[in-house]
Amino acid sequence: MTQATADIKIDTTRDERVKPASDAPSTRPEQGALLSVRNLRVWFELRRFGFGHAGYVRAVDDVSFDLNYGETIAIVGESGCGKSSLMKTILGLHRPTEGEIYFENRRLNDFSRREMQWYRTQVGYVQQDPYGALPPFMNVRRILQEPLIIAGVKDPAEREARIRKALEEVKMTPVEEFLPKFPHMLSGGQQQRVVIARAMILNPKLLVADEPVSMLDASVRVEILRLLRALQQAHNLAVIYITHDLSTVRYFSRRIMVMYAGQVVEQGEVNDLLSNPKHPYTQALIEATSDPDAANAMKFREVPSGEPPSLVRPPAGCRFHPRCAYFIADVCDKETPPDFDVGQGHLARCWLYR
Amino acid sequence: MIRNAWADLRQYPSAIIGLLIVSLLVVMAIYALATISYSEAIRLWRGGEDIWQDYPRTASPEWTNFFRAQKLPSTVLLDSRQGQGSKVVEPRGALTEITIEFPFNFQADDFPQELAIFFYATFTQKQPHVEMTWLTPDGREIRIGEYSPRARDSYRFEGDSRLARRLRNVPAQQALFAKPDVEPLAPLKGVYTLRLDALVFEGNGDLDAKFIAYGKVSGLAGTDHRRRDLMVAILWGTPIALAFGLLAALGTTVTTMFIAAFGVWFGGLVDAAIQRITEIVLILPVLPILIMVGTFYSRSIWVILGVVILLSIFGSAIKSYRAIFLQVKESPYIEAARAYGAGNLRIIGRYLTPRVIPLLIPQLVVLIPSYVFLEASLAVLGLGDPVLPTWGKVIDDAFRNGALFNGYYYWVLQPSALLIVTGLGFAMVGFALDRVFNPRLRGL
Repeated sequence: MTQATADIKIDTTRDERVKPASDAPSTRPEQGALLSVRNLRVWFELRRFGFGHAGYVRAVDDVSFDLNYGETIAIVGESGCGKSSLMKTILGLHRPTEGEIYFENRRLNDFSRREMQWYRTQVGYVQQDPYGALPPFMNVRRILQEPLIIAGVKDPAEREARIRKALEEVKMTPVEEFLPKFPHMLSGGQQQRVVIARAMILNPKLLVADEPVSMLDASVRVEILRLLRALQQAHNLAVIYITHDLSTVRYFSRRIMVMYAGQVVEQGEVNDLLSNPKHPYTQALIEATSDPDAANAMKFREVPSGEPPSLVRPPAGCRFHPRCAYFIADVCDKETPPDFDVGQGHLARCWLYR
Repeated sequence: MIRNAWADLRQYPSAIIGLLIVSLLVVMAIYALATISYSEAIRLWRGGEDIWQDYPRTASPEWTNFFRAQKLPSTVLLDSRQGQGSKVVEPRGALTEITIEFPFNFQADDFPQELAIFFYATFTQKQPHVEMTWLTPDGREIRIGEYSPRARDSYRFEGDSRLARRLRNVPAQQALFAKPDVEPLAPLKGVYTLRLDALVFEGNGDLDAKFIAYGKVSGLAGTDHRRRDLMVAILWGTPIALAFGLLAALGTTVTTMFIAAFGVWFGGLVDAAIQRITEIVLILPVLPILIMVGTFYSRSIWVILGVVILLSIFGSAIKSYRAIFLQVKESPYIEAARAYGAGNLRIIGRYLTPRVIPLLIPQLVVLIPSYVFLEASLAVLGLGDPVLPTWGKVIDDAFRNGALFNGYYYWVLQPSALLIVTGLGFAMVGFALDRVFNPRLRGL
């Protein structure tokens, strides 16, 4: 497994009130990184009555990070923080509004249709809802065959062999028993194994897992996480693990990024960040995570008041300031904080650490 | 899935009956296609007097005799060219004497409709001379008259005024078959013989004859006002009705589904355009447009079919399919398919449309008879295909010739019954399929 040290640069000097300009400055990708995201913005245009401009939803606003071969990174954050939009842009399902994504030093933004087709074989996708992720009218063989057909594997014998190998890898044995089954005949865990097999069948270098265990029974979660980790190690797979469940993060990944309102507010080594959170939002998030401990039963948890901000008109300055307990007047609501290094690559985007 | 659907379908007796009806219709259509070719069907239907002359006018089907106390006569046809009857040729010097006898057994309780002899004479200069004699079962010999036929000629008993005078103005077909001196007239049963004594004046001359005593019942389906055998229309109407219904239903539902899928998948302007077109087409009056096309352009059933499909493609079904597709479009499995690189057409064809197939199949089956009815309605409005024999065309003819007013019920009821049975069969199958594919309806 490649040992990776991430070089994280987050640029926050831009004025968010203006429409993104095309001549935005961007740094070159990190050499040798599998995936480099640079100043990525994904904005969705709002229209009034189907036409006429009514602003943008800033789902992802200025996110940069690098991911090395075989590295795992977790992206956490509450619903609507932009982590799904970030993930879908990396998958090539959304076009970046601004900024760059580099995959093996090739700029995703200018990929031709053919390059895009190649890129899609390099990235696997594991979804949250295993039942919804499988077409209900296809059996397991058809489901696993589809990516192979699309990737241009013409020989039926080779397809069959790869389907069997993929199923064996996700421990769906005996294979014959599962091949003709339809998704509704499988349990939730088996469905998710098929989803993982489908994501792995083209031997990708990067796996994007969007809350892969949040819809599964607690008993199955560990198995699936173990399977993902085994695959990750066996294939030296880079994994982007997206979740709102901090308890599974430690198990799975080395690095973590915490997103809030379209921005990365804190990032670092998993153990360091979880045991010593710096940003008030991260602290609140960890505080809100339930721990199955009898002592916690009657404990009142401090949660930040208020709602996540509107992504159409995000608050000026620090986006967390209306909910923050450590709000510093005239600083937090005026200027956007840059990333402050709080030790060993642990970055927090908060004025408390200036 | 298909096997399960069949197992579920068997639970519904109505579906079994419906399937039986539909398969009977299919068998009938195949039988029609196998026994009467397309050109033959058109020839029999459009041919003209030459082809129809062997049939009586507006005769009921033969099976109606089963319900009658007074059995109606069926047609007696004797043709010397076919070796029916007896033909004796005796050369007498320069002349040739030909005697043709047509004996036949008459057992009906009613008189024939009309009597006619068709002559087929061969000569160069001088027409043969024929003397016609009628022999009754009780031994009477009635002289009908003399005739000098041309090469192809017909002698109709009613048209002979001298015969009428001789028979005291009683129509020939009654007087010749009646018991003597009985009032009211009643037919005498037994073996009748028509004898033709002909003199041919030329050495190589010849004469043949065909005698027809037109009955009052004919064939399995009866005949119409132009002596056409309705069986042709009944039989050939089946494949035409099924083909029209199936093609129209298939054409509209499948294209509608794909159009809706395209609109939803590409969204934006494509979707908006499709929606606006649908809204415009929805308010277009279909029937008047079809009447206009039929009147000004073409009454061919296939042109009408094309127009029907065109007008129904952008029908209200687009709206309901769209609602489903909008939901399916957001499914995670579609997103996954995009992530592993499925193209637009593959997503529409393999991921989007399969979801509405369970809805589409029952709809398709129920739609088939509605298009069959549409074709019949157009025919009744006088816009039927002028060439093809269809059920609607038969109803139209019957209607125009006062079938109900004149008591020719078979003429109207046969095609109507077939139309009703077709509708019923497909509807029963369709509703059962609907319940099989959409289990939520089962409680209803």
